[in-house]
Amino acid sequence: MSAGTTGPGPFCVMDCSILARTTGLEAQSLRELRDALLAVDPASLYYHFWGGLLRPTFDDPEYMNDFAVWVGRDLRDGQLAERLAMVDPVVHPTLEDLRAELVDLCDDRLDALDGPAWVDRRRRFYFLAADIVVIPTGRSVASPDDLPAALALFSRGAIFYHFVDARRRRDDDRDDLRAWIEDHDGDTYAPVAARLAAVDPFQASLARLRQQVIAAVELGLAEVAR
Amino acid sequence: MSGLLARYAAVAGEDVIEQLRGLARPLAGLRVVHVNSTRVGGGVAEILVKLVPFLAELGLRATWEVIEGDERFYACTKLFHNALQGFPLTPTAAQLAVYERTNRDNAESLRPALRDADVVVIHDPQPAYLRECVPERRGRWVWRCHIDLSHPHRPVWRYLLPRVAGFDASIFSLPDFVQRLPHPCYLIPPSIDPLSAKNIELEPAEIAAVRERFGLDPARYLVTQVSRFDRFKDPLGVVRAYRLAKLHVPGLQLVLAGGEAADDPEGAEVLREVQTAVGDDPDVRILLLPADAHRTINALQRASDLILQKSTREGFGLTVTEGLWKGKPVIGGNVGGIRLQVHDHQTGFLVDTPEGAALRIRYLLSHPRIRERMGERARAFVQEHYLLTRHLVEYLALFHCLLKGRAQRIEVG
Repeated sequence: MSAGTTGPGPFCVMDCSILARTTGLEAQSLRELRDALLAVDPASLYYHFWGGLLRPTFDDPEYMNDFAVWVGRDLRDGQLAERLAMVDPVVHPTLEDLRAELVDLCDDRLDALDGPAWVDRRRRFYFLAADIVVIPTGRSVASPDDLPAALALFSRGAIFYHFVDARRRRDDDRDDLRAWIEDHDGDTYAPVAARLAAVDPFQASLARLRQQVIAAVELGLAEVAR
Repeated sequence: MSGLLARYAAVAGEDVIEQLRGLARPLAGLRVVHVNSTRVGGGVAEILVKLVPFLAELGLRATWEVIEGDERFYACTKLFHNALQGFPLTPTAAQLAVYERTNRDNAESLRPALRDADVVVIHDPQPAYLRECVPERRGRWVWRCHIDLSHPHRPVWRYLLPRVAGFDASIFSLPDFVQRLPHPCYLIPPSIDPLSAKNIELEPAEIAAVRERFGLDPARYLVTQVSRFDRFKDPLGVVRAYRLAKLHVPGLQLVLAGGEAADDPEGAEVLREVQTAVGDDPDVRILLLPADAHRTINALQRASDLILQKSTREGFGLTVTEGLWKGKPVIGGNVGGIRLQVHDHQTGFLVDTPEGAALRIRYLLSHPRIRERMGERARAFVQEHYLLTRHLVEYLALFHCLLKGRAQRIEVG
């Protein structure tokens, strides 16, 4: 069995749990947000970009990170919210690169505004950070053909770990499942890998993401069978 | 799977129970001691009565200890409680002496358990001084603060700060409630137990019987607020919202259900004000229910079309969670933990005024399909995020974090 989740062996199903903690930093205005972005622990960037999927929220799905949600909903700066929402964390090789883009966007906006807005204390932005605990489930998948049944038993934590966290953890911008399929028998199962590559993990709740992944695998397997 | 785990698997999902078992497996035999100040009554005891046996079922050696004190001790800790939530109350030196002596006395009887524990979780300020009384402690100590500490009366916080600063970590329910401390402050919201008398599924006949008992007409709309008669719960605002909504929903009925107020002078006063405001309106029921009337509360919530929690200040607001779990949209005050649970157009509406509450009552009662869909989303939302099982997952993750030291990514097993 492969130690990670890729390679020729079975796919080892991992699970994870995220624990939020405070960083002591907060913001009530765009300038405070920008200053805190410069100083905050990188784990906080992880939390506000990736951790949202494991949190209870119905926040605007078009704003795919907490900074954009706060700027749009509380600061009511639609322009900046849209720009922040389009920041794709996956294309940044490090969290420091991601931080630099966020700060640049805030600086550009601050340059353009005469008097940046602020919010009352009830609506302040709290910079939180995430500690992630990863656990093996003891379950594995021997063949891509077994995936639909196996995926139905994935917890939200497992979906998060293999499809969301993987994009940050891996250096090849693949999710764990696609990587395993391509390494397992990429030629045969290329349609499955292609369908998985088309799933955007930041566009849905984890429950819906699980459904999308199952649908992608089933459609891909149907193509393989044809 | 044991009977307990199987029962929760049926409600929360087998994947959640699997996750719990995976997290608990490496922690088998871990000695965890929870300490609070009451075995019955109050939200903390309600959580511990389920959480501790569940941890034990998962293989941890979890126990629950309760400190004991006399009236003077509880008078002091009640003062702490109120002062930490912002009331300008300051204990006397004599009261602080009683507080410290009571903790020292309890430390003597609890010493072996506290000394040998791998993790000690101290709930709220009452037992917070215990840590200093057990200098030979071996494990990690965590302070679990259930109180809103956002605006503490500073003299009391100055006294308590050195007591809690020495802990290895703290837990708060919301980031808004946190004071800066020299150790990690984790955020773990509370939860409801879906199998408790307050939340378990009820037969329609039982709900109908409660309706009949209180003279509620099943053919007419019913909105309910369950809470103490406390100004921060704004029961007068609820009555006003009901009156405004009733202009457009003529048959509307209102239930205000709260606990006995006999031992709470302010509660009795607020209750009188509410009674005066209601007057002889035959469609309003003001119910004073005993502390153990959990099934009655459950039935009232299930009999309602909407749940109100129009607080102007709130901790987490577990009555909101209970309402959502029963598939009811909630119209809640835009404060505290209600903001985490009530999402406009998704699980209900946040409001700032009685007029806002009336507007949303009208809207939701006029749109039954929207109300129904919102109720379905509300229940699913609680199932995913606010059940006891999620609470356990986070406690187990916390234990891993405490035992492994500070690391942003902990690989277990």
